[in-house]
Amino acid sequence: MKQKVTSIMNQLELGKANLTVFADTLIDLAKTDKNIVVVTSDSRGSGKLTSFAEQFPDQMVDVGIAEQNLVGVAAGLAAAGKKVFAVSPACFLTARAFEQIKNDVCYSNHPVKLIGISAGVSYGALGSTHHSLHDFAALRALNNMSIIAPADNFETRASIICAAAMKTPVYIRLGKRAIEHVHETDAVFEIGKAITICDGGDVAFIATGETVVQALLAAQLLGRQGVSCRVVSMHTIKPLDIEALVHAARECKAIMTVEEHLVHGGLGEACAAHLLQAGIALPCKIVGIRDEYTFTGTQLDIFKNYGMTAAGLADAAVRLVKQE
Amino acid sequence: MTTEEIKEKSIKYRIKILACIKQANAGHTGGSLSCIDILNVLYNRILDVTPENFDSRNRNHYIQSKGHSVEALYVVLADKGFFPESDLNTYCRHGSHYVGHPTRQVKGIEHNTGALGHGLSFCTGLALGGKMDGRNDKVYTLLGDGELAEGSNWEALLSAAHYKLDNLIAIIDYNKLQITGWTKDVCATDPLEEKFSAFGCSVQHVDGHDVEALTKVLQRVPFAREQPSVIIAHTIKGKGVSFMENNHAWHHHVPTDAEYAVAMQELNQALIEVRRC
Repeated sequence: MKQKVTSIMNQLELGKANLTVFADTLIDLAKTDKNIVVVTSDSRGSGKLTSFAEQFPDQMVDVGIAEQNLVGVAAGLAAAGKKVFAVSPACFLTARAFEQIKNDVCYSNHPVKLIGISAGVSYGALGSTHHSLHDFAALRALNNMSIIAPADNFETRASIICAAAMKTPVYIRLGKRAIEHVHETDAVFEIGKAITICDGGDVAFIATGETVVQALLAAQLLGRQGVSCRVVSMHTIKPLDIEALVHAARECKAIMTVEEHLVHGGLGEACAAHLLQAGIALPCKIVGIRDEYTFTGTQLDIFKNYGMTAAGLADAAVRLVKQE
Repeated sequence: MTTEEIKEKSIKYRIKILACIKQANAGHTGGSLSCIDILNVLYNRILDVTPENFDSRNRNHYIQSKGHSVEALYVVLADKGFFPESDLNTYCRHGSHYVGHPTRQVKGIEHNTGALGHGLSFCTGLALGGKMDGRNDKVYTLLGDGELAEGSNWEALLSAAHYKLDNLIAIIDYNKLQITGWTKDVCATDPLEEKFSAFGCSVQHVDGHDVEALTKVLQRVPFAREQPSVIIAHTIKGKGVSFMENNHAWHHHVPTDAEYAVAMQELNQALIEVRRC
């Protein structure tokens, strides 16, 4: 997918929720494309799609609380020529309907755009039933699937525009809270191409989704302590930008991956596997949610508990560089 | 095509199904024999899906939800000219696209099935997409009665009825057997008509081996405006070979050389009789 979209945001100003930007982008696309169809599972409110449904009632399908059917119907609509966005909470979409994603979407290669809303630990204290900490791992194992976790409003809008034009399946996972802009005004988005937000030689943060802003803040903290950091937004988990990863590994002293996902099977293990196979050995740490009963709190409480906020990442980075 | 020609095709298809399974030493014998008359009537009298119009969207669709009866589908598609019949000599063999369940690698197949309970949702989307664009094409799918234990079927029916998809036709290959034994003994899916009616579908019964009756019922769809149609086709698993009929052991049993010889003898005898009529 070679389509490119350029940022017009100001870095670290608070933006909207990525979910809101997703819904606004869909409205923009639907204004000129009657083939844009949204399928939800009683999730138009949580997907911020009420306005879309009002403006384009003939392009809105609701299957009720039935995620398996959501994905099967979306595959059928895609086969009928529609540009289908199947929208449901990431936790249910990628677990309850996994076999439909595997067979009806990926194996059959119908270009459904799966939108996992309120992903990761966005639902916070609602607990593990509502968390999606498995989705990268599960979907990485599926042939034909692309996986994107946008960091901010710019990446969200760009990924939705690119996804609409894709001829193969794609999963985009979106957070719930208002999120800071992480890019300068001239950033360029392309699926499968990581964006280097700032350059440095001591530690490279390879982060994805809503952890990118935390990595960027950690880099600023570390900069004040004389530790020079590179921050890479690896918005596309699959296909992974191996070139950007290898450059970071060759040009920095240590690598830290950061993701709102279990430490197993996600961005971190994908990066580690590629580095090992490329014969590159360097200090490396995978930061994510530990394999345990998940801590209770808001998204940021949970980030803090697992060392995923700026302070936690900065501490870990210092220890990593010192090889403690 | 005359009724006699259709009947003759049914027997020839059965011979080819068994030949396909025998050469591969693999396959789903009983189910393919139970649904072959349905596929025969669909492809030779109802669907008008051909290699020439297959790539167009403006045509009818057939999705085989009970994907394991793929030999029946392959044999009919070969007969309709989608690929050379000799391709079936590679069925289930090293490197072949003709795998044990339908895939889009094979021309004439538009959705990959094999995991049960997927076809109806996909067909609901396909039928809904057709309606959105004002097309008149119909979407047919074939399900097993054992398959109806998959809850996803009933999710699909809820939405198909909600969106008034009278261009959706679900045909149940009601052979009353599944891999373990009689469906009523494994975990009953009966009574089917009452269940489908309650889910907002319009239901008709038919003898699934009577090609004339199948033709008539399929020509009558939709049975009611703004309702999905369900055809409960009463069939016999293993139909056409005496010792395979109504015996769940033939779900995916491959005939021995001796069994194959007897089966061929019976089917060739049936061929002589149908030609005599």
